[in-house]
Amino acid sequence: MPFLSLKFNLQKRVKLAQGLWMLYWLAVIVGIILFSLGIFFKIELRKRSEIMDNNESHLVPNLLILVGMLSCGLNAFGGKLCHDSLDPQKFSKMKPMLRPYMLLCCGFNALLLLLVLLCFLMQFAVYLTLAEGLKNAIRFYKDTDTPGRCFMKRTLDMTQIEFRCCGNNNFRDWFEVQWISNRYLDMSNDVVKDRVLSNVEGKYLMDSVPFSCCNPGSPRPCIQHHLTNNSAHYDYDHRTEELNIWNRGCRQAVFSYYSGIMNSIGALLIFTMAGDVAGLKYLSTALETMADPENPECESEGWLLEKGFKETLADLLSKVKTFGRANQVEEGGTSPNVTAT
Amino acid sequence: MALLKMKFSQQRRVRLAQGLWLLSWLAVMCGALIFCLGVYLKIELLRRDEVMENTEIHVVPNLLMMVGLASIGANWVASRVCQDSLDASRFPRWRILLLGWYAVAVLLCCLLLAVVVLSYALQGRLEESLKVGLRNGIRFYKDTDVPGRCFQKETIDRLQMEFRCCGNNNFKDWFEVQWVSNRYLDFTSQEVKDRIRSNVDGRYLLDGVPFSCCNPASPRPCLQNQLTDSRAHYNYEYQSEELNLYSRGCRQALTDYYMGLMNSTGPGVLSVILIQMAVVMRYLQTAVEGAMALESPEGESEGYILEKDVKATYADVKAKALDLLKFAQVDPASEAAGAEEGEKADKATEKVATTAA
Repeated sequence: MPFLSLKFNLQKRVKLAQGLWMLYWLAVIVGIILFSLGIFFKIELRKRSEIMDNNESHLVPNLLILVGMLSCGLNAFGGKLCHDSLDPQKFSKMKPMLRPYMLLCCGFNALLLLLVLLCFLMQFAVYLTLAEGLKNAIRFYKDTDTPGRCFMKRTLDMTQIEFRCCGNNNFRDWFEVQWISNRYLDMSNDVVKDRVLSNVEGKYLMDSVPFSCCNPGSPRPCIQHHLTNNSAHYDYDHRTEELNIWNRGCRQAVFSYYSGIMNSIGALLIFTMAGDVAGLKYLSTALETMADPENPECESEGWLLEKGFKETLADLLSKVKTFGRANQVEEGGTSPNVTAT
Repeated sequence: MALLKMKFSQQRRVRLAQGLWLLSWLAVMCGALIFCLGVYLKIELLRRDEVMENTEIHVVPNLLMMVGLASIGANWVASRVCQDSLDASRFPRWRILLLGWYAVAVLLCCLLLAVVVLSYALQGRLEESLKVGLRNGIRFYKDTDVPGRCFQKETIDRLQMEFRCCGNNNFKDWFEVQWVSNRYLDFTSQEVKDRIRSNVDGRYLLDGVPFSCCNPASPRPCLQNQLTDSRAHYNYEYQSEELNLYSRGCRQALTDYYMGLMNSTGPGVLSVILIQMAVVMRYLQTAVEGAMALESPEGESEGYILEKDVKATYADVKAKALDLLKFAQVDPASEAAGAEEGEKADKATEKVATTAA
C-alpha cells in the first residue's frame, strides 16, 4: 500500500509540474538572498573585529555563503527537471538523475538544519568574544601611538556613538581604566601628580567618560567630567541624572544587534527548508507509473513512499544489515549450486 | 532622397525589433531607477527639513519622480509596439500613437536636461537656505525647554556627528552664541557673573564647542573648552591643532552631500537611451511600413529617418502648418469665379422668365 498516494490525470500533472517549477525558481531567489545575507554578515563581523579581539568566528557567514550558492544551483536544476518532466523524451533522459538529485536535496536540507542550529548556538560565542574584546578595547583606548592599536580609540568612539552605549556593562567601566595617554598629562602639575600617586598601579584614574558617551537627546550640554561629584556642576544630581550619557553597556547593545541578524537568518533558513522534495517525488512517481506511456491523457498514481512507512523502515534496516554482512560467510548453509550437482 | 536610408531584410527587421524591445526594457529599468533616486532625494531633503529655511530645492526631486514615472510608461508602450511590429495585423493600430510617442520622448529628454541644469542653478539657493537654517539651529541650540524648539539641540548634534562637521562655516560660530542655557548656569558664581557682564547683550559666551564637534579620529581625548587658550591644556597649540574637532562647516558638508546626490549620472544616461531609442524606433517604423506596402511581406524594405531630405521636409512641414492656419480663410480667386457663374445663372433664368412671360 503506497504511502500517501494521490491520483493524477494530465491536468493535475501539468499543474503540479508548473507549481513545482515556480517553487523552485522562488527557492533560487531565496538562495540569492541567503548568499547576500552571508556576505552582509561577514562584512559586519569584519567591521567590528577590533572590538571582538580579532578572533571572532566566521563559520556561520562562510557556511551561509556556501549554502546560498548550493541552493541556487540545486533549485535551478530542480526547476529545469520540472520544465522537462512533461516532455516524455526529455523525461526519460532525466530519469536516471532523479534519484541522486533527491538524495542530494535531502542532504542539503540536513545541512540547512545544521546551519539553523549553528545560528542559534553561535550567539553564545559572539557574546563571550564581545565581552573580552570590549574590555581590551577600553584598556587600549589611550594607546593611539602603539602600532596595531592606533585605531582602537576611533573604533570604540564610533561604536559608542553608533550603538548609543557607553563602556562594557555601563559607564563606570571608564572609571577603572586610564583612558588619557601619558603624552597629554602634565606630570609637573600637582593635581596630576597627586592622582597618579594615590593609585596603587600609578594609573591616572578619573570619574570621567569620553565624549562618545554623550547623549545628544539630553536637554543639557553634556557633562563628561566629575560625574560623581554633584557640587562640580550647577543643578546636577548624579543619582537622578538619566539623559546625560548613555545608560546601556556596549556589550549588550552590540550583542542585540548581532543576535538580531543571526535570528533572522535562522528564521529565513527554516522557511527555506520547504517541501519541494515531496513535490518532486510525487511528480516523478506520477510520470513513471503512467499505464500507457504513449497516451499522455491517462491517469497515474503518485506517492511519497512505495510501501507503507513501517514497511519502508523495515526494508531499509534489512538493507543496512545485509550491507554490513557482505563479507561474512553464512554458517551451515551450502550454496544452491553445490546441492544441484 | 530619404535621409540616412538603410535597407532591411526580414531577418534584419526582426533583429531590429528585438534589439529595440531589449533597449526599451532597459529604459524602463532606468526610469524606475530615476524614480527611486527622486524618492530618495526627497526623503533626504525632508529629513533635514529643520535646518533648511525654504523648500525651493524640492522642485528637483519632484521633477525626477515625474519623469521617472512618465518614462516607465512611455518605454513600456515602446516595448509593446516592438512586440506588435512584426505582426502586420496588429501594427497599424500603433501607427497613430507613434507620432505622440516621439513627442513624449523629446519632452522627457528636455525635462531631464532641465533637471540637470536646475540642480546646478539652485545650488546657490540651497546654500542660502542652509545658511539661515543652520544659523537659527545654532542660536536655538540651548532652547530645549521652548515648545517648537525642544529638539533643535538633538537635531544639530546628530547632524554634526553624522556629517562630521561643526558650526555653520566652521567651529568659531559656536563662540558667538550662547549655547548653554541659563537654567544650567550658576549665577552666584563670580566667573559666570564676570563673563555675562563683559558681554554687551548679557550673553554667556565661551570659547568652547558642544561635544558633537569632537573628531573621534583624534589621537587625543577631545578638548572642548578653552579652545583659544593654548596654556589651558598640556601640549596644546591652538593654531596647529587640526584633528581635535571637525574642521568642515555643516553648510559646506550638507551642500556637497546634496549636490553629489543630484548630480548622479542617472538623468544623463536615461536621456541618452531615450534619444537612441527614438532613432531606432523611427527606423523600425519606416521599415515595417515599407514591408507592409510590398507585395511579399518577407522581402526587403527601406528604413529611413526622414522621407525626404531636411530642406524638403522642412518645406513640407511649413506648407502643412500654413494650410492648417489658412483653412478658415476664404480664397478671393475662387470667390470671383463663383460670383461670375452665379451672375450667368441669374441672367439665364431672367431670359427664361422674360421669354416665358
